[in-house]
Amino acid sequence: MSGRRWWKGSILTTAAMVLIALGVPQVVDQFGLLQLTVFAAMCILALSLGFVWGYGGILCFGQSAFFGLGAYTYAVTAINLGESTVATLLALVVPAVFAALLGYFMFYGRLSDVYLGVITLSVTLIFFNLMNSTAGDAYRVGKARLNGFNGMPSLPTLNVPGDPGRLLDPAETFYLVMACLVIVYVGLHVLLASHFGRVVVAIRENEARCELLGYDVRLHKLLVFTIGGGIAGLAGCLFANWGAFVSPNVFSLTMTSQIIIWVIVGGLGTLLGPIIGCLIMQYLATALGTQQLANTSLVFGVIFLAFVLLVPRGIVPSLRRLALRA
Amino acid sequence: MLSVTDLHARYGRIPILNGIRLEVAAGEFVGVLGHNGMGKTTLLKALMGFVPAQRGRILFDGVDVTHEPPYARARRGLGYVPQGREIFPGLSVRDNLRMGFVGRGTEERVDAILQMFPRLIPLLDRRGGTLSGGEQQLLAIARCLAGHPKVILFDEPTEGIQPSIIEELVAVLRRLHRTEALTIVLVEQNLEFIAELAQRVLLIQKGAILRELEPEELRQAGVLSEFVGV
Repeated sequence: MSGRRWWKGSILTTAAMVLIALGVPQVVDQFGLLQLTVFAAMCILALSLGFVWGYGGILCFGQSAFFGLGAYTYAVTAINLGESTVATLLALVVPAVFAALLGYFMFYGRLSDVYLGVITLSVTLIFFNLMNSTAGDAYRVGKARLNGFNGMPSLPTLNVPGDPGRLLDPAETFYLVMACLVIVYVGLHVLLASHFGRVVVAIRENEARCELLGYDVRLHKLLVFTIGGGIAGLAGCLFANWGAFVSPNVFSLTMTSQIIIWVIVGGLGTLLGPIIGCLIMQYLATALGTQQLANTSLVFGVIFLAFVLLVPRGIVPSLRRLALRA
Repeated sequence: MLSVTDLHARYGRIPILNGIRLEVAAGEFVGVLGHNGMGKTTLLKALMGFVPAQRGRILFDGVDVTHEPPYARARRGLGYVPQGREIFPGLSVRDNLRMGFVGRGTEERVDAILQMFPRLIPLLDRRGGTLSGGEQQLLAIARCLAGHPKVILFDEPTEGIQPSIIEELVAVLRRLHRTEALTIVLVEQNLEFIAELAQRVLLIQKGAILRELEPEELRQAGVLSEFVGV
């Protein structure tokens, strides 16, 4: 896509997101608002993998590890401090640092793509099993009991910075989550339009060539992975806030495979695609969950197969191609 | 500028380079000629650090770069235009040129390079993958120049290129050598091309430099049949 059209599309998408953020609380009830809040948080998670995989070419099967780490970091810190500002910042920093450490061993260890997928998947499953086995009073961090498979309920939700007594109401939380989504979307666009972004895309296309042109491929991949980890952590923090609850399911195989399905359905190599894919699949999951017509995982599996076989590019890139032909 | 001593390299357990010795002075244009599978491309990859040296030493501009990673050598000014061009098909021509900067170039550099490659000007917004083979070759050379290299290693630039573009390539390489005073190492199988440009030609056989020739000698049938097999 040409640069001008790319920017035009991004500005239109951003404007649409701002309009939705401002308009939706006026027209939907509180249940609808809460649903849209979690959808927006999940869109941030989808963007994190869309960036790491779609642009960085790093197929991370364990994006939920950073998502869950963000959620648990927020939960533990917020319970101990009794306020959300530091907890939110740590929910960004801890997953990013963990991603940097994990990425360092993977990229500087020259692991191939297949092993990278296996390792990231293993890491998230290790977290899943680890957190599941933390039931009992012995497993606590300060005042925060981890509660194993029962999860951590009644988390302190977001408050106005510096005023722990002033909690955000559902509409304010929705505004905040939408603001985060817009900032992440625009931020990634700006990053991808920079020289760094160009190098990241070039590394995805031809790693060896980039190295021979003088780029430190490992460092670039590490940075992409770390940024993706931080964004997923932010999504985890917002998700934990939404339900005031976090459980080991944030690390589950279902969770990690869902993120991959969102990105495949929406389209790799775009930022809008993961958002669209996430919205469609989240809506579908909610609808199926309330109808009890079919097993959600089974339906997701069929959709995944259908897209891989019939629409491998995903929705957004396919629509763009159709629009270009018209 | 480039000094190689007793360079050995292998793919797995198969030795490819067996004690290469090579001296290239600043501003020199050296050709490397040999059969398929004799180690020409491996030599260039070893010089770039993409194939690790098992033994020997590579000095570039007075610095021992033998154990430096490829990106560090490229940043020192060792440019490489690989076989098959390897441009970035999904990036525009302009972005392909920008990729050559590696922190050493500016947008003005793109304009300056385009003066040398006017054929690329109308193609700037097109994706690299949509260009013809010849245009991709010109783009690969232009991209390499964007990084201000001191030495450029060319790996069979005429492979799969139509004759009219080959003439343009000869003119471009000659200009780079004479006007820009670049040091060039050219690996080729196109005898006319290498004879036209190189100041001296090295024959490589079984991973070692066998003999040095004057470009005129490439037109002698006896030399060719003995060392090059044509």
